[in-house]
Amino acid sequence: MKVKKGLSLAMVTVIAAAMLAACGSSGKNGTEGAGNGGGSGSSLPVIKIASQSPLSGGSSIQGEAIKLGGQMALEERQDEFKQLGFDLQFVPYDDQGDSKKGVANAELIGADKSVLAVLGHLNSGVTIPSSVVYEKYSIPMVTPASTATEVTDRKLKAVDRIVARDDFQGPAGAEYAVKTAGAKNIFIIQDQTAYGKGLADSFQTAVKGLGATVSGYEGITVGDKDFSGVLNQVLSKKPDFIFFGGMYNEGGLIVKQAREKGITAPIMGGDAIDSSGMVDIAGDKLTDVAYSSVSTDITKSNKDWADKYTQKFKKNPENYSAYAYDAMNVILDGVKKAIGDNGGKLPSREQARDAIRATTDFQGVATKVSFDDKGDNKFAKVFIYKFDGPKYPGELISEVDPK
Amino acid sequence: MISEIIQTLPQVLVDGLALGAVYAVVAIGYTMVYGILEFINFAHGEIFMTGAFVGTAALFLFRSAGWLGGMPGWTAYLLVFMIAMLFTGVMGVGIERVAYRPLRKAPKLISFISAIGVSFLLQDIVRFIADLRTGNFLVTGITLYGGNLKVATSSVWHVFDDAFIKTNTVIVLAAAVLLMIGLDFFVNRTKWGVAMRAVAQDRETASLMSVNVNRVIALTFFIGSALGGGTGVLFAQQYGTIDPYIGFTLGMKAFTAAVLGGIGNIRGAMFGGLLIGLIEMFASANLGIITGGSFGAEYKDVVSFLILIVVLIFKPEGLLGRAVKEKV
Amino acid sequence: MQKWLTLLKERPLAQAALYAAFVVVTALGVYLSDKSVVSFLLLLSSLLLLYYTAFSNGVKWIVGGVLLLIVIPFAASGGASHESYMEVVTQCGIYVAMALGLNIVVGFAGLLDLGFIAFFAVGAYSYAIFSTPQANNFISGQLFPLGGAWFWLFIPIGGLIAALFGVLLGLPVLRVKGDYLAIVTLGFGEIIRLVFNNLSKPVNITNGAMGISSIEPPSLFGYSFTFPHQFYFIVMAILAVVLFAVRRLEHSRLGRSWKAIRENEIAAQAMGIPVIATKLTAFAVGASFSGMMGVVFAAKQTFIDPTSFTLVESATVLVMVILGGMGSVPGVILGAAIVTILNLQVLTELTNWFNQLTLNGVVNIPAALSPSKMQRFIFGAILVLMAIFRPNGLISAKNRKADAEKLKAHRVPAPVPASQSAEQSGGAFK
Repeated sequence: MKVKKGLSLAMVTVIAAAMLAACGSSGKNGTEGAGNGGGSGSSLPVIKIASQSPLSGGSSIQGEAIKLGGQMALEERQDEFKQLGFDLQFVPYDDQGDSKKGVANAELIGADKSVLAVLGHLNSGVTIPSSVVYEKYSIPMVTPASTATEVTDRKLKAVDRIVARDDFQGPAGAEYAVKTAGAKNIFIIQDQTAYGKGLADSFQTAVKGLGATVSGYEGITVGDKDFSGVLNQVLSKKPDFIFFGGMYNEGGLIVKQAREKGITAPIMGGDAIDSSGMVDIAGDKLTDVAYSSVSTDITKSNKDWADKYTQKFKKNPENYSAYAYDAMNVILDGVKKAIGDNGGKLPSREQARDAIRATTDFQGVATKVSFDDKGDNKFAKVFIYKFDGPKYPGELISEVDPK
Repeated sequence: MISEIIQTLPQVLVDGLALGAVYAVVAIGYTMVYGILEFINFAHGEIFMTGAFVGTAALFLFRSAGWLGGMPGWTAYLLVFMIAMLFTGVMGVGIERVAYRPLRKAPKLISFISAIGVSFLLQDIVRFIADLRTGNFLVTGITLYGGNLKVATSSVWHVFDDAFIKTNTVIVLAAAVLLMIGLDFFVNRTKWGVAMRAVAQDRETASLMSVNVNRVIALTFFIGSALGGGTGVLFAQQYGTIDPYIGFTLGMKAFTAAVLGGIGNIRGAMFGGLLIGLIEMFASANLGIITGGSFGAEYKDVVSFLILIVVLIFKPEGLLGRAVKEKV
Repeated sequence: MQKWLTLLKERPLAQAALYAAFVVVTALGVYLSDKSVVSFLLLLSSLLLLYYTAFSNGVKWIVGGVLLLIVIPFAASGGASHESYMEVVTQCGIYVAMALGLNIVVGFAGLLDLGFIAFFAVGAYSYAIFSTPQANNFISGQLFPLGGAWFWLFIPIGGLIAALFGVLLGLPVLRVKGDYLAIVTLGFGEIIRLVFNNLSKPVNITNGAMGISSIEPPSLFGYSFTFPHQFYFIVMAILAVVLFAVRRLEHSRLGRSWKAIRENEIAAQAMGIPVIATKLTAFAVGASFSGMMGVVFAAKQTFIDPTSFTLVESATVLVMVILGGMGSVPGVILGAAIVTILNLQVLTELTNWFNQLTLNGVVNIPAALSPSKMQRFIFGAILVLMAIFRPNGLISAKNRKADAEKLKAHRVPAPVPASQSAEQSGGAFK
């Protein structure tokens, strides 16, 4: 019986709390109604731009870079929007690189009516399911990093991206491998993720088309530290070129262990090894490693911007930082245009969506942007870099323009 | 096909042995605890991982204090090794005291659940500290012995390719053998070892023979965890990069090794560890070649887990263990 | 206070009035505000309160049904956060069904299963493969994709296939016991995930790591279900079936056999209980719940890939069962609800709040501390603390007490009305 008493006590307490909460929330509701959306003291209507990227987990370096790039662009333009009569806010979400988390966050974002657009995601595997939700709520999303073809091939109205697609990056890499590096016998390693496998497959098709042979195609396990098994297979096949589709975590170790085993063949990877992490992991074993990237080396191509970023965040920019910055500016330009079209009033999500899709000849710090009817950027380039020694970023070899 | 397999065989053997040595020493930790408490210390893989991080942190500390330049590499190695072993040993005793001892009389299911909890806690605490200090949970440490040795296996038989072996692999193998011999001596020849075996046989009777059971169990956890932590340092040195989640899969495989050798049997654990290491390395190097590309190296973990399941179902006493009749 | 409580206890009418007041206040709170996580959680907690009221069981079921089917959807529809509330309760429902499934295996039969998410994956993939052109890769004739109307048929099919896998996994129990079994199931769960991740060659069955996208949403007479508030009702319907099945099974001959095996396998065998068949049915029944929800999950996400079915997910479901109380149906429901809400709403909201504080420069909270990263820490702490201090969970399992007088009077054992079940706690693992 003692238990029952405790429970009834709990019940009374909960009821009291409920009364308080209800009063509190309805009170809040009241002020919101009066002030047309309060928040941080100002009484301007709020426009929120959300970001979704992995802030934890294996790719948190790039995820954080996306968040900070977006944050930087947004904070620079807060005053501009204040003059238009809006309070611009940034809401970063952590998708943990997990599709379920991404979708749940997307529902939360969709529910928040003051969110007009989303910046993100990093991983294509998260972008694809989350964008279904954005499409449902007509929230425009601009991704600065997801390269899988499926992202835009579904022709969703809400999905735009400013970087190149895998089926452009793969062939560009293949072109380098066969024509520049003279590869004839290629070994492909991929990490069995949507990104790594997608890139490796499009690379494989392209090199076969260019007349090279693929002597091996192997999968590794994400999170492993010992890749001797696969590398021993490489030893027995004696390829003259190795392609790796996957993240820098495993890529760095593969490069290091390959060089330790005396494999001297050139190694190439995709944009996910475009990270300072490669230098940390592989150290002085980082030799003759090329990578294709969808992003330009911002520290060279726009040093002023990079310095500003470093000053603001006390961190060196990753390449996605600049693309996130550009993507955020594309978003904000679109929103601003939508505001103008709507007579200075808060635009609807549909208006923002269409205004962003209509972006033409936007000049950002890293790239020029015009969206085609699928939401792909007509000016997205692929860049080929090469590491030769422990220095990030590598040396720019060539720029490949879209056909 | 066959020639390709034979050609790389020396290298596969070398790599398999290095990996197997790591599995073997971690497997000993599982086996010792199981032998005495009949309890799977699920958190053992995480203790191994903590050891790797403690060792790496100690090395960073040495460097920032400027000591690293002043002492020879082996001294630093030994010091770090000792620090990590001491830390994880004490941690193991603490874990036993806090999370397992109150449950010693509870059903096994409950203590196993507690062990899963400890394993998650350790993962996240280490993740948290690493994340806070470096901004990323993936940590690349300082490698003390980065050199490479060439084993001229081609002169033994011309079909073989030469094998490359890292200096550190030699250290791993030597350290593993030393640890195993030392442990074997300790368990079989010392008074404490006798006490441990007595407790493993029959806890009640041992306590009547004036064996302090709690202290013996604590000692078991200390030694088992210290071995795990020490192996962590070897691992960090071997591969250079560590993250808080390395303990889980490695722990599973080490457990497989312990089961394969016969759980509770220390020599069995060593044997099982080496065997699993070799099998895994062989699978990831040759599965693709054998199946003509249909199944590749990505199935190597499936192979390890299949071995675990098959052994548990058909020969639960392991290769070197003896069958125990269930007590009614 | 004391006097009030005694008064309250003695007056069911007063209790009813107070309860109704609570529901109305919280429901209004949710309805009127744009977004108030607190009042929404309080509204959900009214279901928990209901469990502790002195109403008869029939009344509780009816009130609970009204709350779930009418009050909650209606209250949530008031503000802008409608869909996000419904998303949370829908996910709650999915996890409750899974936790109830695992509860049969772990709680009733005492078999620790660490690979439970594999069945969820099997259910999800069975719908995903056939509702997309994926199945054309290994079945000739261009018969696929099947339309969204097939979804309804796939709920039982998914459950059935999962049950089949449950038996397959259950086969090792013929030989393996205790924590060995836990390890075997863990290995099995990992194998299933790895195979799903790799099975894009030689025959492309699961599309490997690329996952399967554009899964058909369910449709009924041309009306298609895409929003969380529509899925909510599908989930509630399945949950009702699951709950009914669990309540019936728990006190059936089979349910009692499960518990007997849990308490003492040898004694149970001596009493003539077929141990192997009983254990296998536990695996099969538990797995089938998970499989059905897997189908719903696939249809709701419209995209699945192997990363949704990792060990952490299995552990999440296990945490729900342990937290709520092994073997206790109301406990497990509570545990599942708490963990899901914690994951989806509380941690996310806290993280956003911290982020906002950091952005506004109020305090600087390092990113490493962000609550949504602390999932493993929280789960680990829950497991250890519960194991040490409350091994029976928040609401411990109660065994139905037989009424000796009545038994004597009838001679034939008749089922005792649940309202008479007195408290006799501590059936599980005492």
